[in-house]
Amino acid sequence: MNGPQTLILLVLALLGVFAEAVVDFPRVWLRTQFDVLPPLMVYASLTGGVGTLVLLATVGGICADALSGNPMGVSVLPLFWVGLALHWRRELILRDLPYAQFVLGGMAAAAVPVLTLVVLLTLGENSLLGWGTLWQLLVVTIGGAALTPLCFSVMETLKRAFAYQPSTTTPFPANREIKRGRY
Amino acid sequence: MAFVVVLALVLVILNLPQAVATKAKLAVGSLFLPLFGLATLTRDLGQQAGKHLPPPSALIAELDRTRRENRELRVLVAQGDEALRENDRLRQLLGWKPQLPWATKPARIIARDTANWWRTARIDRGTRDDLRPNLPVVSADGLVGKIGEVGLTTAEVVFVGDPKCRVAVVVRETSEHGVLSSSSVGVLDHRLMDLTHLPRHTALKPGQRVFTSGLGGVFPAGLPVGTIVDYRSVGYGLYTEARVKLSADTSRLNEVLVLFP
Repeated sequence: MNGPQTLILLVLALLGVFAEAVVDFPRVWLRTQFDVLPPLMVYASLTGGVGTLVLLATVGGICADALSGNPMGVSVLPLFWVGLALHWRRELILRDLPYAQFVLGGMAAAAVPVLTLVVLLTLGENSLLGWGTLWQLLVVTIGGAALTPLCFSVMETLKRAFAYQPSTTTPFPANREIKRGRY
Repeated sequence: MAFVVVLALVLVILNLPQAVATKAKLAVGSLFLPLFGLATLTRDLGQQAGKHLPPPSALIAELDRTRRENRELRVLVAQGDEALRENDRLRQLLGWKPQLPWATKPARIIARDTANWWRTARIDRGTRDDLRPNLPVVSADGLVGKIGEVGLTTAEVVFVGDPKCRVAVVVRETSEHGVLSSSSVGVLDHRLMDLTHLPRHTALKPGQRVFTSGLGGVFPAGLPVGTIVDYRSVGYGLYTEARVKLSADTSRLNEVLVLFP
């Protein structure tokens, strides 16, 4: 992943965090908001380097904490842990298959809030927990799973849009081309 | 190596002094201000476009309803004014300290908490508008919460139901005092709260109204909070705990009022 691609990823992370704060879907109906950062972290871990993971975890985590009641920096470590775990095993993962992206996105979306809550409880923060938290985790997992293939698709489209286009014309005139086989 | 760098960074951030951490959080949050402005503008444009859609007959009916409501409210205000004057006279007679009315400042909710385990939101008022932490926030339906961290142009509202917002309340019908705190049931039903520290023998009944008691010094007395849903005995019968349904639905609020003493 080159510089501009990393920049696009970070901008998407910022816009995602902003959308989480501003858009009321699905919060009003399901009492839970999706998290955009785990799907982006799955993409970054499977296509980028460790530097990209550090940047995404730091920028995304700090921005998410700034718009929430979390203490600053709490979301950074969980995001980075999940990204690093996937990055270590990325050669064994069928990253181009949508169902693999779906499963990985779900796992990451479930792991990040659980780890964040562990960090919060370790810090002695009294957050809102109960049986309903399991429902929230379920919704966040399904949402993260659904968003991950979408995230891959958007990032690949943006990557193609900002990359050099492959040459479609040949220097040889078409009427001088030697055609082989039956036709 | 990367892990050590991230871990060190997080440890440094988490160990920042409270004041520095709050300022850093507000500074990072202010990066989103242009986007918040854009979102508010888009919402306003949508609402303005929506205003052109209703047919004239619906508008006339709405105008009639508003005029009728206005007349009724005028009568109520006149009655309230008379009651206030009477209250002042009686206070003077008894030599009690006069109650100063609370000023209000309207604010718009521009963002909600991105985490599912807090109940906070961000409003478009800040220190520029004389906001400071712990000011009460209300809506037309009742108590909403209090002001948390305050930046120059935005501030955090900690809703009733968040673990950081506990309210001293009184049940109007029984005059029993208690503390309203977040409930584990409130994770899904954000309007349901626990009313704790109630006496052992209580005359509570479902449907009784709960108001702020004024104890604690943050919220003024008499703000409507909610109604009693049910109650049970806890601590081997030593205390009573009740569940309260909040009057204000914080998940659907777009505008709130900040109270100034």
